[in-house]
Amino acid sequence: MATHTLAVLVENSPGVLARVASLFSRRGYNIDSLAVGPTENPMVSRMTIVLNLEGHALDQVSAQLFKLVNVIGIAEMKDLGSLKREILLVKVANSAATKEIVKKHNAVIADESKATISIEAVGQSNAIESLLNDLKPHGIRELVQSGLVALERGDKTLAEATLSTMGTANESDSNSSTADYQN
Amino acid sequence: MSKINGAQSLVNALEAAGVEVMFGIPGGAILPAYDPIFDSKIRHILVRHEQGAGHAATGYAQATGRVGVCIATSGPGATNLVTPLADAQMDSVPIVAITGQVPGPAIGTDAFQEADIRGVTMPITKHNYLITDPNDIPKAIAEAFHIASTGRPGPVLVDIAKDALQKESTFNYPHVVSLSGYNPVLEPKVEAVRDAAALIAQSKKPVLYVGGGVIKAQASAELMQLAQVTGAPVVTTLMARGAFPDSHQQHLGMPGMHGTVAAVTALQKADLLITLGARFDDRVTGKLSTFAQNAKIIHADIDPAEIGKNRHADVALIGDLKNTLAVLVPATKVALAKSAPDITPWLNEVYGWRKKFPLGYDKPADGSVSPQHVIERIGKISGPDTIFTAGVGQHQMWASQFIGYEKPRTWLNSGGLGTMGYAVPAAMGAKVGAPDSTVWAIDGDGCFQMTNQELVTCALNNIPIKVAVINNESLGMVRQWQTLFYNQRYSNTDLHSKRVPDFKLLAEAMGCVGLRCEKSEDVDKTIEAAMAINDRPVVVDFNVHRDAMVWPMVAAGTSNDDITVARSMAPVWDSQEL
Repeated sequence: MATHTLAVLVENSPGVLARVASLFSRRGYNIDSLAVGPTENPMVSRMTIVLNLEGHALDQVSAQLFKLVNVIGIAEMKDLGSLKREILLVKVANSAATKEIVKKHNAVIADESKATISIEAVGQSNAIESLLNDLKPHGIRELVQSGLVALERGDKTLAEATLSTMGTANESDSNSSTADYQN
Repeated sequence: MSKINGAQSLVNALEAAGVEVMFGIPGGAILPAYDPIFDSKIRHILVRHEQGAGHAATGYAQATGRVGVCIATSGPGATNLVTPLADAQMDSVPIVAITGQVPGPAIGTDAFQEADIRGVTMPITKHNYLITDPNDIPKAIAEAFHIASTGRPGPVLVDIAKDALQKESTFNYPHVVSLSGYNPVLEPKVEAVRDAAALIAQSKKPVLYVGGGVIKAQASAELMQLAQVTGAPVVTTLMARGAFPDSHQQHLGMPGMHGTVAAVTALQKADLLITLGARFDDRVTGKLSTFAQNAKIIHADIDPAEIGKNRHADVALIGDLKNTLAVLVPATKVALAKSAPDITPWLNEVYGWRKKFPLGYDKPADGSVSPQHVIERIGKISGPDTIFTAGVGQHQMWASQFIGYEKPRTWLNSGGLGTMGYAVPAAMGAKVGAPDSTVWAIDGDGCFQMTNQELVTCALNNIPIKVAVINNESLGMVRQWQTLFYNQRYSNTDLHSKRVPDFKLLAEAMGCVGLRCEKSEDVDKTIEAAMAINDRPVVVDFNVHRDAMVWPMVAAGTSNDDITVARSMAPVWDSQEL
């Protein structure tokens, strides 16, 4: 199993999220997280999909996605070449200890009551995980997390990059292997 | 620009798209569209079940290469199209389905005859639309025809809310369609073509593995050139029968579960598969990990997602096959001029297998009619200009095996989805598209009972198709598996269809000529009697032996190396072949 992050530009049209979700469900691909939102172009939305690939090559997933008429472009967001961020909102007890953890992790107290604080944190997956690990012993009342979003570093943009290519993620290191079966 | 309603706009758009015929049934939500259809030059054929409309559109598209069109109302009308849409998706057939939807404000309220057909058909269409604004209708129709017919063809559904059909709008049909997310690659990369040619020039055991894409791309002539340039043996898959003439000396026949020993074994032992518009389906490869283990793969396909899906491709040629072959042929010529390995020993070997293990069948000892014989004789008597359709099962395999196909678009069947009941409505669509061709539906008694109601449509609309019901009073292929794998426990495969229904009477009740043949000596004259009837549909009930089986066979999930030519009988190879 290997985790990959795909940035997918899609037409901002009804049903496009259902198409993508239906494709993943039908082909048996596992989604870890999916974030979707508007872009600089009102006609285009951007999805960031974190995938756990098992037995399916990344280029096969990309090629299947790219077959959807509403999908404009796809690129893999690799760790080194991209910025990746998640948002965490978490409610814990209001105590000196929890506030100390907030400070240590450069997080923000977004809401505070006598009994609880709601912490807001933005960061990479491992930073979010580390904050949560520190908070766990103090009891987590409630938490909500966004899917990961990713942006390529440097001057290039995905829209420019994908409109001129086939839009499939290449250089996949995972190999396709359809297991034997009886049908 | 003058105002017209959405329904008129729809019909204008269909006319602008060049539609000459559509198959459908009206109903509440689509009713506004049927008013302008009444005045349109487009021929509308009123079918008896929407599934028939869908398969007829597919048969029309497969016989002509044009986009087939079907139309239905909301809810059950639309859901009855689900099977033909899935069928067309699996076999890459360009059809457009128009469905009525409940009025926009009612969508999502579980209104009468509401079904979310866009949601239902998302995974079984190439693309689909839900239109709620009448101004969007012409554009959606133009896009639907563009998407259905270009790239890898496929079905597109356009669901239109009833109020969008009723409201006023202006008609503005875009003659050029531009979709930012849909730009099929048509030309293969130059380097890939060079690499493919180099592989061919190194191969001592090449095979041309030909799929249905060759027919879709109208690339039979180019395929013939490649076959001539390489001298390689050719196999044509179930979807590709007719893409290369069966009578050609390089043709080994069909590969796969019921392929010829020569075709199956040639793929297994090849050192190079030149794969043209085929998709390494499980029915062709058998157990995938043992398939053609020593072969390098050249994979030419217009769909990039087919590359590496089931089998790794050493060279991928992504593009329209006609274009691909047009550049691959000269590149191969150049490469072979530099170095051409002697493939004669390989050809001697594969042609030896073909000679040693021809397709065949035993005549039943009790003198009853052999189903293979019936099908073989229909092929011989009707000839290679005939269009044949088939249902799914034993009769389908025999029709693929024992009829000689010489031309593309003369063999229409449901390959991918395996849709029983395909034959009669597909034959209807084919005959509408090719009225001057003789169209035979080779059907089974099980299949025939699923969709025979369209014979009424044929009888009333002057669509004189011919139907051969290969009546073994069983779900024959399932029975064959029960014989082989379930200890002859024939659970629910006995249809009793030599008693009920009486197919001859049924045919006559539907306005067709009904014939019956129960003896071997009557086979030819019954076929000739059917051939002589051209003013009405004709149905022949061939009562055949029920225990006939389809051979050769590679059992599901097993290796192609374990092909059997008869029950528990492996081919007897010469010792040096082992």
